[in-house]
Amino acid sequence: MIKVRGLSKFYGEKAVVEKVDVDIHPQKITSFIGPNGAGKSTLLSMVSRLIDIDSGEVIIDEDRAKDIPSSEFAKRVSILKQSNFMNVRLTIRELVSFGRFPYSKGRLNEEDERFVDQALQYMNLEEFEHRYLDELSGGQRQRAFIAMVIAQDTEYVLLDEPLNNLDMKHSVQIMKILQKLVEDLGKTVVIVLHDINFASVYSDRIVALKDGRVVKDGPTEEIITTEALQDIYDMDIPIHEIDGDRIGVYFKS
Amino acid sequence: MKKRYLVLAVIILSILSLFVGVSSISPTDLLDFKSEQTEIFLLSRVPRLIAIILAGAGMSIAGLIMQQLSRNKFVSPTTAGTLDATRLGILVSMLLFANASTIEKMVVAFAFALAGTLLFMQILDRIKFKDAIFIPLVGLMFGNILSSVTTFFAYRANVIQNMSAWLQGDFSMIMKGRFELLYISIPVIIIAYIYANRFTVAGMGEDFSKNLGVAYKRIVNIGLVLVALITTTVVLTVGMIPFLGLIIPNIVSIFQGDHLQKTLPHTALLGAAFLLICDILGRVIIFPYEISISLMVGVIGSAIFLFMLFRGKAYA
Repeated sequence: MIKVRGLSKFYGEKAVVEKVDVDIHPQKITSFIGPNGAGKSTLLSMVSRLIDIDSGEVIIDEDRAKDIPSSEFAKRVSILKQSNFMNVRLTIRELVSFGRFPYSKGRLNEEDERFVDQALQYMNLEEFEHRYLDELSGGQRQRAFIAMVIAQDTEYVLLDEPLNNLDMKHSVQIMKILQKLVEDLGKTVVIVLHDINFASVYSDRIVALKDGRVVKDGPTEEIITTEALQDIYDMDIPIHEIDGDRIGVYFKS
Repeated sequence: MKKRYLVLAVIILSILSLFVGVSSISPTDLLDFKSEQTEIFLLSRVPRLIAIILAGAGMSIAGLIMQQLSRNKFVSPTTAGTLDATRLGILVSMLLFANASTIEKMVVAFAFALAGTLLFMQILDRIKFKDAIFIPLVGLMFGNILSSVTTFFAYRANVIQNMSAWLQGDFSMIMKGRFELLYISIPVIIIAYIYANRFTVAGMGEDFSKNLGVAYKRIVNIGLVLVALITTTVVLTVGMIPFLGLIIPNIVSIFQGDHLQKTLPHTALLGAAFLLICDILGRVIIFPYEISISLMVGVIGSAIFLFMLFRGKAYA
């Protein structure tokens, strides 16, 4: 379990994240949703120690995050951010092998190779493992990065808007994979999402942020309601139940 | 591009390089240890060969590290002001110490090379418009500003002639006792190899590095120190060799990708082979005179560079 306690981040005078308390439940998918500028990515970056914390603390399985050495942290929590430009020419296999860096420091042993093979197999990337990243489509590249995180074999997998720039087919593919990571491998997934319906269909819990504060936090069915979404987005979103899923029809709200 | 072929090419070119020159030396002359030929061979030809190989490998690796850390295929000691900063450093050392020893020059020039490169990386961080071509243009402008400062003070102090010796790379002055500084690049290359994986990770960005537990800033700084060391030793012993650090890593990257642990040996070997070819051609074309290495590398290098740009595929 990751416990976030009183976490704040200021840029100058302005608080982008203010006194946030959140519990990330193990072996669940937790989605962070909220309008643009709500502080979702900042919160995720602070939890994964990519940016410094101004006040408050993050506790990972009883250990304070700031007390965990960086190389040790990389074996427990992984974070995938949307990198806007990737012009490094690596093959998929090379990239996935770097997921083992926290363990092997670059010299892969047999166990590391096995993890890499499994990750590639899991993501169906074996046939193009020797292709360069810059020769792949957006969906394939995203899968390659997720394969790397799988090879990194951390209990917690944090993803910042992994569906950006992906079409419907690939978005669904990625979400299904994340679901499998939780069900098959027992991972804990935290994901920043923009589409409330992806959050509704795939997550176990939802944390909604607005103006740097948590406005809603709970099981998915409690958050995907017209009233709760009104508080989060200031939009009147009717919710329809379709085949057991709660779908918000926000296009004309 | 197999490693063994590159090794073979370097060996053949090395032998060629040893026996090309104004005074003809044949392998049989070397059997007589006291002959004039043997003396020339040991005092001039062998040092020259070692200098070419070390400078070629060193500058190429310096370029490779810079391109990886700046995430830009057009950044190199030539296009980031490192060479110009080194030259400014040499000038300062000459002005500070009346008869600067090699070590004094080395230390001051190294400090300037490092500061110049760090400054460029800082500028890079602050530029919002990260266009692949725009960044090296900024680097070239930055280098030219440093260069004009150097020229101004060199002119005031009447050492223009002295300075121009470091402007043109030239192997004809290399002799026993004048190139040993270049040996510094051997440990530097070994350290670069040890850090190769970390440089590759750092090349994927700060967030990516932190995720894998790699101390990004420390790795970037180590890389820049290595670059500054190589550049300083090469400029002090041979002079400026433009383009080398730009072209060689790019050619290797096209064929082998950017996994440094894999590409570093290729880059070093290709750099040495390319410089050997340029040097041999420079010695043969207007025999018995010599064309300086910076001119040869400049001409052949810019032709290859243009070809790479025009091939239409975006490498950067």
